[in-house]
Order: sequence, then structure tokens, then C-alpha cells
Amino acid sequence: MTTATPLVALVGNPNAGKSALFNALTGARQKVGNYPGVTVERHSGRLALPDGRVVDLVDLPGAYSLDPSSPDERVTRDVVTGTQTGERLPDALVVVVDASNLDNHLRFTLQLIALGLPVVVALNMFDLAERDGLTLDPKKLSEELGVPVVPTVAVRRRGLEELKTLLGGIVDADAAIRLRPSNHAIGEDIVTLQRRARKIATAATVAEAPARRWGHAFDSVALHPVFGLVLLFVILFAMFQAVFFAGAAPADAIAAGFDWISGRVKDVMPDSVLRSLITDGMIAGVGAVVKFLPQILIMFFFILVLEASGYMVRAAFLMDRVMASVGLSGRAFIPLLSSFACAVPGIMSTRTIEDEKDRLTTILVAPLMTCSARLPVYTLVIGALIPNIKVLPFVGLQGLVMLGLYIMGVVGAFVVALVLRRTVTKGESSGFMMEMPKYQMPRLRDLAIGLWSRAEAFLKRAGTTIAFTTIVLWALLSFPKPPEGSPVSPVNYSVAGRIANAIEPAFRPIGFNRDIVLALIPAMAAREVAVAALGTVYAIDSASDQDEAKMAQTLHARWSLPTALAFLMWFVFAPQCISTIAVTRRETNGWTWPAFMVGYLFALAYIAAGAVYWAAIGLGL
Amino acid sequence: MDMSHPVKLPLSLESLPHRQVATVAAIDWAHLSTPEARRLRELGFDEGVGIEVLHRASLGRGPIACRIGRMTVALRRAVAGAIFVSPVTH
Ligand SMILES: Nc1nc2c(ncn2[C@@H]2O[C@H](COP(=O)(O)OP(=O)(O)O)[C@@H](O)[C@H]2O)c(=O)[nH]1
Ligand SMILES: [Mg+2]
Repeated sequence: MTTATPLVALVGNPNAGKSALFNALTGARQKVGNYPGVTVERHSGRLALPDGRVVDLVDLPGAYSLDPSSPDERVTRDVVTGTQTGERLPDALVVVVDASNLDNHLRFTLQLIALGLPVVVALNMFDLAERDGLTLDPKKLSEELGVPVVPTVAVRRRGLEELKTLLGGIVDADAAIRLRPSNHAIGEDIVTLQRRARKIATAATVAEAPARRWGHAFDSVALHPVFGLVLLFVILFAMFQAVFFAGAAPADAIAAGFDWISGRVKDVMPDSVLRSLITDGMIAGVGAVVKFLPQILIMFFFILVLEASGYMVRAAFLMDRVMASVGLSGRAFIPLLSSFACAVPGIMSTRTIEDEKDRLTTILVAPLMTCSARLPVYTLVIGALIPNIKVLPFVGLQGLVMLGLYIMGVVGAFVVALVLRRTVTKGESSGFMMEMPKYQMPRLRDLAIGLWSRAEAFLKRAGTTIAFTTIVLWALLSFPKPPEGSPVSPVNYSVAGRIANAIEPAFRPIGFNRDIVLALIPAMAAREVAVAALGTVYAIDSASDQDEAKMAQTLHARWSLPTALAFLMWFVFAPQCISTIAVTRRETNGWTWPAFMVGYLFALAYIAAGAVYWAAIGLGL
Repeated sequence: MDMSHPVKLPLSLESLPHRQVATVAAIDWAHLSTPEARRLRELGFDEGVGIEVLHRASLGRGPIACRIGRMTVALRRAVAGAIFVSPVTH
């Protein structure tokens, strides 16, 4: 007999309010992990019952039935049937249903009850049912279903005590040996179940005003072919303004903070390899990535608000037509858009895409969106080599080239998506079919919890994979040291310098000189590192304004225009970002897809840079 | 033409006028992919259920939003074309 804490699982349709209920029940005492072998998050926490016992609570992914159509739904089925690795069979289920949509939610409830585990039904969103003019009889529902039913309003913490009391009644400490759940309702035809569910819902409904069109008036604008797009554009504009402007100051502050720490370490430690490892390797490397945290959090704040308010599905609705033309679904729009700030939150937010192949395609093309880390590189090279002339009144050539680079990224992503959808991610699309949730005021508390778990995931990655790789890059650039008095600079003498020498011939055909190749090596960590790396290669030290001007002059003197254009093209495509590769590994569970992504992006970068280089030469530029 | 027996053309959800209340008459499952058919059933599409088109995206061929039961569901036109409805007349 085991004395383990009983396990209770929250389960129900998507949008029933499971997570809200989970947050209300466990508060901050929760952990976010992953189910082994799949990219499905496992949210767990502890809950004290009124009788003093403690139970483990898990928030299972939303599902419509026990017949899974996504990895998330498969986890839900496997947990409640006791076949999920890394999770024991729950001792009881809290089935969460949306009281304002009983017809649909009771079907899954019937399937779950038939499993034979102790069940209590949380008749959640009771407030919304009232708002919609529905009068429900929980007692009658309980009789019909044969399990206890308690009305709850998760977001107002109503009904929680009663729920806990009922839970105490069904969680049996001595039931360690129990029958495996029976499966008979899984086989029951979904249509039959649905009809049975509708009958029960009707029986439990005392009075029903015709569905009041809450939110429909707003939808007439939000989903309007013209006004809807205008509204979407305004929201996105606000989002990007916030990311780029509100995010800049904290990002600078974080960078300054890391510089300060690095300076302190330099004060107290004598110059040594160890000091260089700590300051130039670890602190600088982690700092370069953590610096993006404010922008990522602002981005996620918007994404979470859009998601929680119910607007996200509307945005997907508006954009579905465009996305469908390249074989994606409307759901891919927001992740791809977020990738204009940074591919990391973009890729993390693809979790809302149900179809596995849609999601994979979206992840694979996300790095083609012009992220903010490319801007410093574009700015430097364009400023140095593209003439500052006006091609039309108010239209400068430099700005035009910059716009061209952005467009190139988008067109590239669309073409690649089209090709992938016909080759490696081929498959029957599950299309675009989804419930449009009711509009809701997002709750601050849920937003805070959501933001916190994202920040934690990001920082953990910065602290592990990314720190490790930046240290490796640092080592490549620092060793071996040139002998005393050698005329060769340390960078050129290092392993990285030698690698650059070795691979330079491969890059000569696309117009890259050895200096560029050398700068690209540390820029594998993050694209904007290329600017500092070029500085190091050309022996220009810190990055004050004066040095930036000097840098531009240096590039102007040493690079031809075709070389500069080829370099820009390289940065449109090349996967020069360890964070992106790391997050792709995490989100696709393995190295296959990140390896594929890196491979195809490098190939594209090489071809595009070469094509532009030779075209420019041919045009006599 | 015999007007007393008008030929009842099957009306698909795709061509159901905006805001015209109807019930689902039949669903052409054979025209849907397996995941589509399953999702549709899970969202409560079934014969006899009340349905109404609420919104249509873009003037072209974007998806449509419809009310089914007490839910609002978005689906593509190809799928809507496989759902046949009979308008409820008052
Ligand atoms: N009005 C109201 N909103 C709720 C209630 N429970 C959850 N919500 C909201 O419904 C939305 C979906 O809830 P969530 O917990 O994410 O659903 P899940 O998909 O089941 O995890 C969120 O915006 C919640 O804030 C409730 O009882 N009343
Ligand atoms: Mg949830």
C-alpha cells in the first residue's frame, strides 16, 4: 500500500476554466514541467482539503473527447486512463464544465464519468450562464450524472470551499488498490453521447432565455472585413510600439547591469583566463540573451491579454485566408508576427496551434521574420555602404533597402512554408475550425502567473544551454593565445581565427572576406554580436558613438558594395541565434527539427548571398 | 413547371443568408477529412441542431463564424459547404 499524496486531475473541454480554477485552488504553489517525450506542459500544485489532508492537483490540457487529435489531448487521455508515462493514475477527477455551454461540455463529462474514477463536476462559469439568461439546477444535474456537482466561478473564487469539501469526500486514502478504469464509454459513438448530453442538459436547465448576443455586437466590428482589419492593425501597432520603445530602456539597463557586474569582477580578480571566462564568456554571453527579457515579456503580455480576452481567435479568423494560401492556418499569424520582435516568444506561442504539422511549419519559418536583433547589423551596414540619397521625395534609398530586407524575410517565410507543406511537413491539414470563446476581461492574477512562467522558462534556458554555448564560443575565440610579442592579434591566432582561415575559401564565392567569416563565428550566439565582432576583428574597441562612425568608415573602406549586399542577404536568412535553436529543440523535443532548420536556413543564406553578390557584380555596382 | 411541388434544393451553410436561423439537415461526412469530421462532431454539429451564420471574413473566400447551439464556431467555407441546413421559417 502506498502512502503517496493522492493525485487529483482537473479535466474538461478547452476554455472550461480549468486553468483559472487551478490557479484559484493552488495559488502560487504550482510547478510547470513537461510530460516526458512530448511538448505538453504539466502544471501541478498542492491543495489542502478542509479535513487537513493534502492532495496533488494537476491541470490537464483541454480536450473534447477521449479520442485525441493533438499531443495535448493524447496526454489528457493517457493520464485519465493511467497509461501516461511520468504520471500515476489520478485518485479522483474534477471535471470542469462551462455552465453556459452544457450541451457540448457534458459529452466529454459522460465519457470521463464512465471511466469509473471518483468524479466531482465543477459547474464553472456559473456567472456567465446567468448573464446569458440560463437558470440551471445543479441538483438535478447531479442526479442525472450520478456524481456530485458544484457551481463555481473560478475567477471570483466562488464555490471553491464546497468543491474542496466534496473532493475530500471522494478522495479515499485507502483506495490504493483500485480497478483500472473501464473503457466502455470511449467506444460509444460520439453522436450518441452528444444526444445523451443534450438530453441531460435540457433536463438540468430550468429556464432559458434565448442566447443573449453578448459580444456579437463587438464581433460585428472585430470580424468585419474592413473595420476588423483596421482594428487588428491598430492593436498590432500598439504592441510593436510597446515592444520597441518601452522595451528599450529596461533592455539597456539590463545590459548596463551585466557590464557593471563584469566590471566588479574585473576589479577584484587579477587578469587571468578564469577572469576572462567569467566576464567575457559567461557574464557577457548570458547578458546578451537576458537583455531580451523585457521585450519578450512585453510581447507575451500582449499575447496573453489577446488570448485571455478571446480576441486571439478573432485575429486568427481574419488572417486565415492569407495564411491558408501558403498552407498554414490563421493560428500561425500571431506567432509569426511576434517573431518580428524575437523568434523565441514567437516559437513559444505556437503552442496554440493544434495541428502538429501546421505548428512545425510555423516554427520552422519563424526565424525568417526580421527580428529586432538584426536591426543593429542592418543599420550599421546600410549606414556604411548604401548611399544616403533620395530616390523619390521623402523616400531615401537607405530606408528602401531596409524595407526590402523586411519584405525579403516575409516572402522567404511564405515560400518556404509553401514548399515545406508540400514536402517535409506534408499532410492533411486539419484546417481551421475552432470555438470562438466569449469575450472576457483578462484577470491580472492569471496574466501575472502566465508571465512569470514564461520568464522562468526563458531564464532557465539562458542559464543552461545558452550559457554553455557562449562559453564554447568564447573558448574558440580566446585560445590558443598568441606568443608574447606576436604581431598576430589574439582573435586571429585563436581557434576561431583558424576556423575562419579554413572555411574562408567556401565563402569567397559569395563575396565574403576572411574578416566577415571570422565575425560570423561569435555572431552564432546572437546576430547583433556581429557588430561587436566586426569591431574586434578590425581592432576597434568599445562602441561609443565616435567608434560607430569609425566603424562605418572602416567598412566603407574595406567592403565593396556587392560584399555588403551579400552580407545583408546572409543576415536575412542565416540562423545566427542560439536562443532560437535552443527553443526549437525544446518545442520540437529533439535535435532533428532544429538541425533541419539550421541546415535549410544556412543553405538559403548561402544561395541568396551568392545570388545577390553576383547580380550586383554583373550590374557593375 | 408544377409549382405545387417546388424542387427543394439542398441549401449549404456556406450559402445560408446571414442571420437566417436554420437547423442542420444533413452533413456530408464523405466530403470531409477524418480530422475535420471528428472536430465537427466534437463541436456539436449534428442533425437537428440550431445554426445561424453570424460573420463572414473578408469579402473573398475567408472563413465564416456561425452559432451552433450556444457556441460560436469558426470554420472554413469548404467545410461549411458540406453542411446542409433547412431554414426555420416563422
Ligand atoms: N466569467 C468567468 N470567467 C471564467 C471563469 N472561469 C474561467 N474564466 C475565464 O475563461 C477563460 C478560459 O479559462 P481557462 O482557465 O484558461 O480555461 P481552460 O482552457 O479550461 O484552462 C479565461 O479568460 C478565464 O479567465 C468563470 O467561472 N467565470
Ligand atoms: Mg488551460
